[in-house]
Order: sequence, then C-alpha cells, then structure tokens
Amino acid sequence: MTWSPGEDQITVQRAPEPGAAGGTYRAFGETLRGLKTTLARVVEGVHTIQYPEEKVPVYPRFRGRHKLHRFEDTGLEKCVGCSLCAAACPSDCIRVVAAENTPQERVSAGERYAAVYEINISRCIFCGYCEVACPFDAITMGHDFEMSDYNRSDLIFTKEMLLAEPIEATPLRTEGE
Amino acid sequence: MILALDSYFEPWWIQIIKSLLIFGVALGILPLIIVYERKLLGRFQGRYGPNRVGPFGLLQPLAEIVKFATKEDSRPVTSIGPLYLAAPVISILTAVAAFALVPFGDVTNVFGTRVGLYGIDPSIGPLYVFAFGAIAFYGLMLGGWASGSKYSFLGAMRAAAQLISYEVSQGLALVGVIITAGSLSLTAIVHAQGGMWYFIPQCVGFLVFTIASFAETNRSPFDLIEADAELVAGYFTEYGGTRMVAFLFAEYLNMMVVSGIAVTLFLGGWLLPFGIHPPTWVDPFVVLAKMMVFISFFIWIRATLPRLRYDQLMSFGWKILLPLAMANTLVTAIIVVAVHK
Repeated sequence: MTWSPGEDQITVQRAPEPGAAGGTYRAFGETLRGLKTTLARVVEGVHTIQYPEEKVPVYPRFRGRHKLHRFEDTGLEKCVGCSLCAAACPSDCIRVVAAENTPQERVSAGERYAAVYEINISRCIFCGYCEVACPFDAITMGHDFEMSDYNRSDLIFTKEMLLAEPIEATPLRTEGE
Repeated sequence: MILALDSYFEPWWIQIIKSLLIFGVALGILPLIIVYERKLLGRFQGRYGPNRVGPFGLLQPLAEIVKFATKEDSRPVTSIGPLYLAAPVISILTAVAAFALVPFGDVTNVFGTRVGLYGIDPSIGPLYVFAFGAIAFYGLMLGGWASGSKYSFLGAMRAAAQLISYEVSQGLALVGVIITAGSLSLTAIVHAQGGMWYFIPQCVGFLVFTIASFAETNRSPFDLIEADAELVAGYFTEYGGTRMVAFLFAEYLNMMVVSGIAVTLFLGGWLLPFGIHPPTWVDPFVVLAKMMVFISFFIWIRATLPRLRYDQLMSFGWKILLPLAMANTLVTAIIVVAVHK
C-alpha cells in the first residue's frame, strides 16, 4: 500500500479565525466570564496564612523535633543508654554515651543511663526510626518544626535541651479539622 | 492674544497655588494608588498584598521609593545624554499638565475669592488632553531611542505604534460626547450631564474610550509596551533608579488622567445621581471616588485578562475599535441634528 501524504495531515489552527469581528464578539463574552471569575475570588476571600503570627496546625502524627521523656512519678529518665536509636538512625545523627547508674546518683530507671545524648538536628531527616527503635519509649518525635539557627554547632541538641519542655507549643490539629 | 477670557477670572496667585496643589495632590495620591493596586490585585488572587510596612502596608511605596532613590545612578555608555535625561521629565510633565484639566468641581467661593476647582478650563478641553498625550509619546520615544539599546528601541517602536493606533479611537470616542454636549469645555460638559450621565446615551463611546484607554495608559491586556514577560521592560529597559520611577509614575499619572477624563465626560463629573446636591466642598471627593472606581476597574481587568498578541492588538484597534468609534460618532451626529431640527 502506498503512503499518501494527505492522510497524515492534521489541520492546526495557529491564529484566530480570519475576520476580527467574530473573534472580538467571542472575546468580549469570554472577558465578561473572566471578570466574573476574578470577582468571585475577591468575594471568596484571602487564603494566605500570616505565617510567623499564624501557624498551620500540625497533625498528631507529625514528626518534628525530638523529645526525651522522664517517668512522671519518679522523675527518672526513661532512656537507658542502649544506643538502639543511634543504630537505627539512617543519617547517623544520634550520639549516645552510656554510663552506669550508682545507688548514690540514679539518673534512669535501668542499670545504665545516657551520660551524653546528642542529636545533630541539621543532619536529622525526621524519619522517626529512633522512636520506633526505642524499647522504652524514651524518645518520641514532637511537633515543633521551627529549629533554624545561625550556627551549625547550635543545631546539635543536647540531652538537657531534648528533655526540656519546648518554649513555644506548635498548634495541634484537632479531630476532624 | 486673548484666549477664552472668562476662564481667567482668577488672580495670578490663585493660579500659582492651584498649580502647586495639583502637582502635590497628583504626586501625593500616586503612591496610594500604587499600594491600592497591589492590595486589590492581591485580593483578586486570594492573597493580602503588601501588609507589612507600616499600618496595613501603607508605607510600602515609601519603602520602595527610598530603595529606588538610593540606587546607583547609572546609564549606558551608548546613550545620548541630554535626551536620555529629558525623556522621563517629558513623561511626568505632560502627565501632570493633562491632569490639570480634570475638573474637581465648579467655580466656588473659597475665602471670598472665586476659584474654579480645576487647573484650567480651556475652551478646547479634550484637544488639550490629546495634545499633551501626543507630546507624552516623545517621552517614550526619546527614552527608548536615547538609551542606545536595540531592545529599548524596539520597545519604543512598539509603544509608538500602539499609542498612535489607539489614540485615534480614543479621540473619536469622545466626539460623540462633544456633539451631544455642544461644548469643548469640560465644566460645560459636566453641567450638560445634569439630566443623564453620558455613559448611558454614549455607551458605545464609553466602551471604546475605556478599551482605548487601557492601550493608551499601557495597562493590561494592552501592556505590550512594557510586556515584562517577553521584552525586558520595553522602552525603559536601560533606565534605573529614580528615572525608572519617573516613568512608572507617569504611567500611573496617565491612568489618573484617563480616569479623570472618563469621569468628567461620561460619569457626570462631580454630579451625584437621584437629585442629591451635597455642599460644594464635597465635589472633589465625589470626583476622586468616581476616579477610584474607574481605576479599580483597570485593576480588575488587569487581574483578569492575559496580554494580547501584537497582531491581535493592531487588528482589534484598527478593524474593530476605529469603525465602532466612527459609527458612534456618525449615529450621534445624525440623532443630534434630527432632534434639533
């Protein structure tokens, strides 16, 4: 079968139909429709969230800045310095140095406690594996996400910082919101 | 030579005060209009617009002017010095001169002196506006040409072609009003609208005038002169700092002039509908309010329509607007003659 060029020809209209009057008439109608659309946006109102003053509430399972926990009754730290979180961490940003609890000075509920517990927030990818790995629920992911700072060294969060309650609470999304 | 003797009833010092006042008011309102445009444009896009500098973001233009004023005063090596400097001045001066024509009220008694609440009321009102509009082209053309850059020059060429094309329609659209009112004096035209504002009987003229005004003031959808998406900035590509601001100010001033002329010729000037006669000191505010409505419409259109292609612009101007304006003039003339016979 021979190929005829006519079969593959597709008519492409690159310009408006010849004759300005018809096009203008259509454009006029479409303009009115467009004006209605844009005015509806004004009536609808503003969608901007004025960020630093007004924050988007986060979901309950949002993974933000880590928290270390204490037992509420005894005040002892839950972390026993097992380093499972550090082993689970894919970006290798947790450093744990364990030490033995003594009867004179008890820090955690177990045999050992974390003498050093540091998270390098600038490397953390907020995957939440540390939370999953922890056998005592000592570390959880909180809801704070505003952690920027001017120095990298300030982004290495120590145990004291992670144990402390955050100064400003991030708004939490309520049920059904 | 005596030109329109009855319009020179004011003492010379009143004329000077009025000139200064017009210049001050025009340049004082401009920043407000710029911030108003940006805020309204924001609303059309579901956002606030500038709201950080000062109360409600009102000081935003001030911050911008300070920014522009502290810019380095540079110009291209290839530019032609005096013309390069003169271009923004021409743009601003012609716009202010045209703004002097907008009547904000009738002749009133201000502290025992008879003062017309307008810059001047020549017996050739609209012609004066178009004369200065034509001189304003020199600002654009010189700006583009004296920059010594081919992009500026191309922008200036586009500007000239567009402005000349649409000025014809804009002028013809006013002829209907002038025939109906039987006068070229703008205050007389406002007085003639006591019964009915001219945008009702002259609806075609009003439409043509409005559309042509978009093109004349370099506003979307006819902003091919600037066309920041395809040209850099058209004729003022090579300008920076305060000189560029001068061009932008001239653009907004032209918008005000066009709104003022539209309000005067079609929307009844300082008159209010339904037989409301407020005290005379309200008149300027009525005119300003009407101008703001018209400017809001400019912004509404800008938020809605994309830019035209150049051939569409030309074909629309010459094939649609011009015949429409001519037909409007012709029909108006026939009706006026028929009624007066």
